[in-house]
Amino acid sequence: MFPRIPMLNYDVVVIGGGPAGMAAAIRAKELGLKVLLLDENDYLGGILPQCIHPGFGLHYFREELTGPEFASRLAKRLVELGVQYKTASRVLEITNYSDLEKVVIFTSPSGAYQAWTKAIIYTAGARERHAFEIGIIGDRVSGIYTAGEAQTLMDIYGILPGKDVVIVGSGDVGLIMARRFALEGAKVKAVIELMPYPGGLARNVMILRDFNIPLYLSHKVVEVRGKGRVERVKVMKVDENLREIPGSEFWIDADTLVVSAGLVPSVKKLKRIGVEIDPSTGGPVVNDRLETNVPGIFVAGNSLLINDLVDYVAEQGELAAEGAREFIENGGIESRKWVKVEKGENVRLLAPHYLSGDKDVYLYLRVAKPMENAELRIPEVGKEIKLPVVKPAEMLRLSLKAEEIKKAGETLTVEVVKV
Amino acid sequence: MIYRFTCIVCPLGCSIEVEVDDGEVKEVRGCTCPRGKEWAVQEVTNPKRVVISVVRVDGGALPTVSVKTAEPIPKEKIPELMSYLAKIKLKAPIKIGEVVAEWKGIKIVATRGA
Repeated sequence: MFPRIPMLNYDVVVIGGGPAGMAAAIRAKELGLKVLLLDENDYLGGILPQCIHPGFGLHYFREELTGPEFASRLAKRLVELGVQYKTASRVLEITNYSDLEKVVIFTSPSGAYQAWTKAIIYTAGARERHAFEIGIIGDRVSGIYTAGEAQTLMDIYGILPGKDVVIVGSGDVGLIMARRFALEGAKVKAVIELMPYPGGLARNVMILRDFNIPLYLSHKVVEVRGKGRVERVKVMKVDENLREIPGSEFWIDADTLVVSAGLVPSVKKLKRIGVEIDPSTGGPVVNDRLETNVPGIFVAGNSLLINDLVDYVAEQGELAAEGAREFIENGGIESRKWVKVEKGENVRLLAPHYLSGDKDVYLYLRVAKPMENAELRIPEVGKEIKLPVVKPAEMLRLSLKAEEIKKAGETLTVEVVKV
Repeated sequence: MIYRFTCIVCPLGCSIEVEVDDGEVKEVRGCTCPRGKEWAVQEVTNPKRVVISVVRVDGGALPTVSVKTAEPIPKEKIPELMSYLAKIKLKAPIKIGEVVAEWKGIKIVATRGA
């Protein structure tokens, strides 16, 4: 039953060669582990090589870099250390035989392999939400792209996807693509945002002013029409409950619709081996080693939760590698009484979910709604941090010391409240 | 004339108003630090941007390299620079960080290798 394909042996297999995976593989190698990094693309870096704008690396490298520059720094270190990696390699299946026996079956240009490994670090990133998932109906036409697809065409292959563009979603990716289209001479007719406030960082919202792009807040695209190619899109206003307001519809002529409607962690292969998923992050439930409920399966980056900053993604990769080392050395992460982290007022999602209290941690979290003069509180340990402004679009990263966590009982509640 | 901005210097995002009369900045309101004030005045008097784009390349693994201007350039010059970048074609190999072209004294730097 088991396929007769060449067998490889590793301590850790890292699945996904973006920033989380590269940082994880580098750290694992530095810690003396035998590691294999797999990526299905022809090149390492994940989405970074196509994110040609600056704004990366301020925390991790302490200087501002573009996406490709950030990726290249990690790739250089990876090669210097002699980390073994395979590109154009697609993972077909993960099997968890026992705590220290896992198998990753993958195809590669040199054939199929079964890699036996003690631990797996899963860093496969996220996928983009598509037009069908946000209720856009209409004709089956070409000219509908996710923001990432448009970005790949323009900034990797040098192809302009269209000339009259409507962008759905005012998050950072949508706004950055609005700028790329405008710079390349396309007409960005509108950015349509469902919420009553823009989704992106202020510096990216400024792009709209730079290029005189109209932003429609509290609006949604509901329909696309055209013969063969997008010709026009129907837009409607929504009320405070995000319901379409009858009679508010209007049409915009466009040949291209770019959907920037958020990311969803890619966790299908993890679900199949019984990894528990947190519905609010869309990623696995993890402890402070970033280990899932399946022993020896670690996760980092956008597969764990959707991050805004690549710096935190790389940081998570390193943490997962350290967890994998501990797991391999001790034959498992020691069971203990974990402190469960609970979501309190105005906290929409957070990770990690369980803390040991034997190490300092970062908690990554997002608020549900924007708030001014807010305070982040953890009542169980008496922690209070003033936050002048919080926005759902900006992830918060909270440092917690082991001594603080030890003060908590069985749970620790994070809340963001108005002062 | 009053210009309104959301400050981008830090995550605080202050709402800044700059009052300009006869091309001269009269007052800056709403910012909570000197860096924000300086930025807002610059935005009104001489807005500059680092320009990022891709340039065609022959013989590389990918058909383009990404580039940036080595320094911010005046905003109104951006369309002119973009049409210059659209015309040039490079040859691999190109190293990351290499100056691949120069436009009116502004260095164009590769941010991806080819």
